[in-house]
Amino acid sequence: MSETATPYTAGKSSGRESAEALRARIPGWGVDLDPADRPSFPREQPGIETGAHWDFPERQPENWPREKSIEHAMLPPVFGTSTPPAGVSGAIRKYAYKYSEGRAAHWLLLIAADRVDAWENHLKSFASFRPDNPVTQTGVLSEFSRGGIRSRAGKRRVDTNHQWLDPIMIGGPWVLAGLGAAAVVRALARRR
Amino acid sequence: MVYRGPYKVRVEEKDIPKIEHPNDAIVRVSTGAICGSDLHLYHGMMPDTRVGMTFGHEFVGRVHEVGPSVQNLAVGDRVMVPFNVYCGSCYFCSRGLYSNCHNVNPNATAVGGIYGYSHTCGGYDGGQAQFVRVPFADVGPSKIPDWMDEEDAVLLTDALPTGYFGAQLGDIMEGDTVVVFGAGPVGLFAAKSSWLMGAGRVIVVDHLEYRLEKARTFAHAETYNFGEYDDIVVHLKKATDYLGADVVIDAVGAEADGNFLQHVTGTKLKLQGGSPVALNWAIDSVRKGGTVSVVGAYGPIFSAVKFGDAVNKGLTLRMNQCPVKRQWPRLFEHIRNGYLKPSDIVTHRVPLEHIAEGYHMFSAKLDNCIKPLIVAGVS
Repeated sequence: MSETATPYTAGKSSGRESAEALRARIPGWGVDLDPADRPSFPREQPGIETGAHWDFPERQPENWPREKSIEHAMLPPVFGTSTPPAGVSGAIRKYAYKYSEGRAAHWLLLIAADRVDAWENHLKSFASFRPDNPVTQTGVLSEFSRGGIRSRAGKRRVDTNHQWLDPIMIGGPWVLAGLGAAAVVRALARRR
Repeated sequence: MVYRGPYKVRVEEKDIPKIEHPNDAIVRVSTGAICGSDLHLYHGMMPDTRVGMTFGHEFVGRVHEVGPSVQNLAVGDRVMVPFNVYCGSCYFCSRGLYSNCHNVNPNATAVGGIYGYSHTCGGYDGGQAQFVRVPFADVGPSKIPDWMDEEDAVLLTDALPTGYFGAQLGDIMEGDTVVVFGAGPVGLFAAKSSWLMGAGRVIVVDHLEYRLEKARTFAHAETYNFGEYDDIVVHLKKATDYLGADVVIDAVGAEADGNFLQHVTGTKLKLQGGSPVALNWAIDSVRKGGTVSVVGAYGPIFSAVKFGDAVNKGLTLRMNQCPVKRQWPRLFEHIRNGYLKPSDIVTHRVPLEHIAEGYHMFSAKLDNCIKPLIVAGVS
């Protein structure tokens, strides 16, 4: 360090390793020093060869009314077909797509739909031969097989200040739902 | 695998994907990976992440089927697939901005297509599966060179190119001091790549000591554990003679630790598009006139970013999802020359059947996990 710290004078503090020393210590040091050797320089390279042999791609069949951003001029020719919108969450999602990407309502409705979707599917799973199992699906048993305590104890990890929230966030709704279901069953039993 | 709601995934039988477009291929996945950005989906942070979706945007495998217009691939070819789904011909692709393709994502115009990354990124099922649909097979995938190791190839589908791209976004000049926030796979590769571009000093900041150890041994970096300092920004100023770094790379993204309120509002309550702690530290610790490169992933909603400081310091902010395939020829050279060995960061190989445990291990940072690969069909 110089006596007067760097930003108060024109020069930069010295004492750095020389290029020769860095080249000797670091494999490949400086091989991309010339920006021309960097593949994303310049950022835009018009006319770049991509392998496309079309001016505009053929259109993929639209097998259901595909939700799309209202910022698009048309449905793009190719799109994913995973998990079409369904149920209440699907209705919320379709409604969310009435708003542009610039509106908070668009994203907040989609996040709300995600939470509804999870509960719709949890409930649906209880009417199936494979009900959701929060123990196996969270992989929480790896706390035992992968050293949950060893990985945290004495490590001064900053994330331990909020990890205690995870079981509450994940398990809490299940506990509340269980208590609610028990209350409903009790109330029905009392009526009889 | 399929997503079952926040923090929950399970293995399910699904139909083998079908050719839906003449330039599609179906790839049988041999090796995949869990990316740090998959954790944002897993934690329910990315809007329009639907139950039943298959995640996974880092995968390699063999071509199982091709559509009628595919010219460059044949059944049986061993291929690596960039995480970008892109057409190769739109306004953006024709300029090399593959990650910004306009022809593959109906759900959003602000982002291109990404395998297994919510409907916000196009609604494509991903490669943490036995089979995956790969659109534009003549554009995205490439045959894996015979000399290339499969684990190196899978890391070339996102983590390594993204780190390398992050260093490029920094416009590093000879002798520059580069600070990298985050010692995960992308941060490690960004640090390593910064040397290739002539950095004079590379500093990596994280709070996980085992990852900082990797940054020292793998990426030859100086390291600071921000958990040990009252204020990491002040420490970085002192470490740079109060100038600040010439370039700072945010390789953390939406789940940054270091500020309880930011973390909880961003990642637990989803009131922000992620926790902007690392980005704010980057803005504060770079020198005036410096460059902040952002390759950490953030959600599409607003975040509490200290934009005023960025303006007042005259910063250049550069960011994008990486256009992966543009990086490959040069990265192939670097691997052949021995400058980079991507698979050195792999710590775990998890059978697809045990993917729920793999997600929890990676998310909770158990067992010194840095990069878990997913091995399909092996128990």
